[in-house]
Amino acid sequence: MKGQIIVETEDLTKKYGSRTAVDHLNIKIEEGEVFGFLGPNGAGKTTTLLMFLGLTEPTSGRAKVIGFDPTREPFKVKEKVGYLPENVGFYDDMDARQNLRYIAKLNRISGGVSEKRIDYWLEMVGLSEESTKKVGTFSKGMRQRLGIAEVLIKEPKLVFLDEPTIGLDPDGTNRMLDLIHSLSREKNITLFLSSHLLDQVQRICDRVGIMINGNLVAIGPIDELAKKKLGLGKEDYTLEEIYMKYFKEA
Amino acid sequence: MHGILTIFRKEMGDHFNSLRFLLISALIVMVGVIITSMVGMAIQEELKGMAKPSLIFLLLFTSTGKLFSFVQFIGFFGPLLGIFLGFDSINRERVSRTLSKLVSQPIFRDSIINAKFLSGVAIIAIILVATVLLISGLGIRLVGVVPGVEEVSRLVIYVVISLLYISFWLGISILFSVIFKSAATSALASLAIWIFFSFFVSLGASVLSDAVAPISQTASGVDPEMLIRHERIQRLTSLVSPMTLYSEATTTILDPMRKTTRTLILMGPLERFSMSRFQSPLPLLESIFIVIPHIISIVAITLLCFGICYLVFMRQEIRTV
Ligand SMILES: Nc1ncnc2c1ncn2[C@@H]1O[C@H](COP(=O)(O)OP(=O)(O)OP(=O)(O)O)[C@@H](O)[C@H]1O
Ligand SMILES: [Mg+2]
Repeated sequence: MKGQIIVETEDLTKKYGSRTAVDHLNIKIEEGEVFGFLGPNGAGKTTTLLMFLGLTEPTSGRAKVIGFDPTREPFKVKEKVGYLPENVGFYDDMDARQNLRYIAKLNRISGGVSEKRIDYWLEMVGLSEESTKKVGTFSKGMRQRLGIAEVLIKEPKLVFLDEPTIGLDPDGTNRMLDLIHSLSREKNITLFLSSHLLDQVQRICDRVGIMINGNLVAIGPIDELAKKKLGLGKEDYTLEEIYMKYFKEA
Repeated sequence: MHGILTIFRKEMGDHFNSLRFLLISALIVMVGVIITSMVGMAIQEELKGMAKPSLIFLLLFTSTGKLFSFVQFIGFFGPLLGIFLGFDSINRERVSRTLSKLVSQPIFRDSIINAKFLSGVAIIAIILVATVLLISGLGIRLVGVVPGVEEVSRLVIYVVISLLYISFWLGISILFSVIFKSAATSALASLAIWIFFSFFVSLGASVLSDAVAPISQTASGVDPEMLIRHERIQRLTSLVSPMTLYSEATTTILDPMRKTTRTLILMGPLERFSMSRFQSPLPLLESIFIVIPHIISIVAITLLCFGICYLVFMRQEIRTV
C-alpha cells in the first residue's frame, strides 16, 4: 500500500461559535485504500467530510483532495469525488432510474453511456427490479442502496461515504461490504467511510482513524493500533475493544 | 452553463407536473375570461352608435367593468404568483435532503439558483402570454375590433414589464427560500414584504412628506410651493416601492390618453371614454421613454435581490439533518 496521497489536511479546523467541531486535523489518505473514520456521535466526522467537499468552509487550516483545495476549487474536486451524505435524499416523485439519470446528466455523462452505467449499478446494488418504482415508495435500505449507485455512477476516483450501511439488512450489508471491497481492489477507487459499525469497518478497512471531540486520537492499520493499545501477543482482538479503550481514555 | 440547462429542464418538468401550476393557470384563465367577457360586453354597449375611439383594443385590458380590470388583477395577483412559484424552491430540496447531493455534483452553486429562477420566469412568461392571447382572442370576437400595430406593441411592452415585475417577486421568494429553512417561514416573509410595499410605503410616503413639507393652512391659503414640495417628496418616496414603479409603468404604456402617471384605479370607464374623445394619445415612443427608468429600476432591484441571494447561498453550509 504505497500509492499517492489523495487526501491531505493541514491543521484543518472548524469552529461553530465557541464549539470546535474539528480541531487541527492532520490526516493523509493514500490512493486505493479503504479508510474507516470512527468516532462517537458529534465527534466531527460529518463536518470533516463536508470540508473535504467544499460544502462548508474550514475556520482555519487547509485540505487537499485529489490535489485541489476544496474551498477554492470545489468544481475540480466534485468532478472526481463522490459523496454519499448521511440520510441521503431523493426526488421522491421520480423513479430510481430517473434519479440516477438526473445525477448522470449533472455530471455530463452522455445519454448512451449513462443508460449503460445506470443498468450496471442498479444491478450491482440489487435494485434492477425496482428501477421503475417511484423512490418515494422505497424502504430505507433501498434508498441507501440507490444512494450508493448514485455516487458511483460518475465513476469517481475517491468516494466519501457517511454511514453507508445504515439501514441495510444483514444480507444487504454483506453485499454492500463486498461491493465496497471490490471497488477498492478492482477499480482502485479510494474509499473513505465513516461508520459506527465497528465489525464491518474491521472487515473491510485497511486503516482506521478514531476521532473524539474533534481530535484525531488514533490513526493506523487496525493491527498496529491493537498492538499499541492492547499489548503485544494479543491475537483475537476486535476493533471494538480498541475503540472503547481510546474512548475511555479521552 | 451545462448545469443550468440540466436543472432548468428538470425544474420545468416539475412545474408542469405540479398541481400548483395547474391551479394557478386555471385561476388566471378563469379570471381572465370572466373579466374579458364583462368588459367586452360593457364596451360593446358603450360603443353603440358612436365613433370608435383610438386604441380601443387596450380598453379590454384596462377597463374595470363591474369588477376590476385585467391589468389591476395582474398588478395585485402578479406578486403572489411570483411568490407562489419560488417560496420553497431551495428549502424544499433542503428538507428532502437532495440539496446536499445537488451541491456535491460538479456544477456551480449559482447555477442552481439561476436555473430555478429562469424556470420560474419561463413559467410566468408562458402564463402571461397565454392569458393575454386568450383575452385578445375573446376580445376580438366580442368587440369586433382588430388591434393595430401600436396596440400590439403596447401589449408586448406591457407583458415584458409585467414579466420583469413578477420576476422580481420570484427573486424575493427564492431569496427567502435560501435564507429560511422552512417553506412556511419563507412564504410568510415574502408576503410580509409584499404587504409592506403595498400598504406601508404609501403610508410612509405621506407621513414623510407631511413631516418634511407640512401643508399649513394660513390665512392666505395654502402655500403653493410647499404643496409642490409635499407632492414631490410623496412621489419620490413611493417610487421606492416596486408596486408604484410597476403601476406607473403599465399605466403609461396601456393608457396613453393620460398625460400623468396616476394609477388606473382612480378613473372610471366613462371618464376614460370622454377623455379619449377630447385628447390625443401619447405617442408610443414617448410612452417608452417615460417607462424606461421604471424598467431599469425594477431590473436593478431584482439584481440586488440576486446579489444577496448569491452572497448567502454561496458560502452556506449544506448538511443533511
Ligand atoms: N451548524 C452547526 N452549528 C453549530 N454546531 C454544529 C453545527 N453543525 C454541527 N455542529 C456541531 O459540530 C459537532 C460535530 O458534528 P458532526 O455532525 O460532524 O458529528 P458526527 O461525527 O458526524 O456525528 P454523528 O456520528 O452523530 O453523525 C457536533 O457537536 C455538532 O453539535
Ligand atoms: Mg455524522
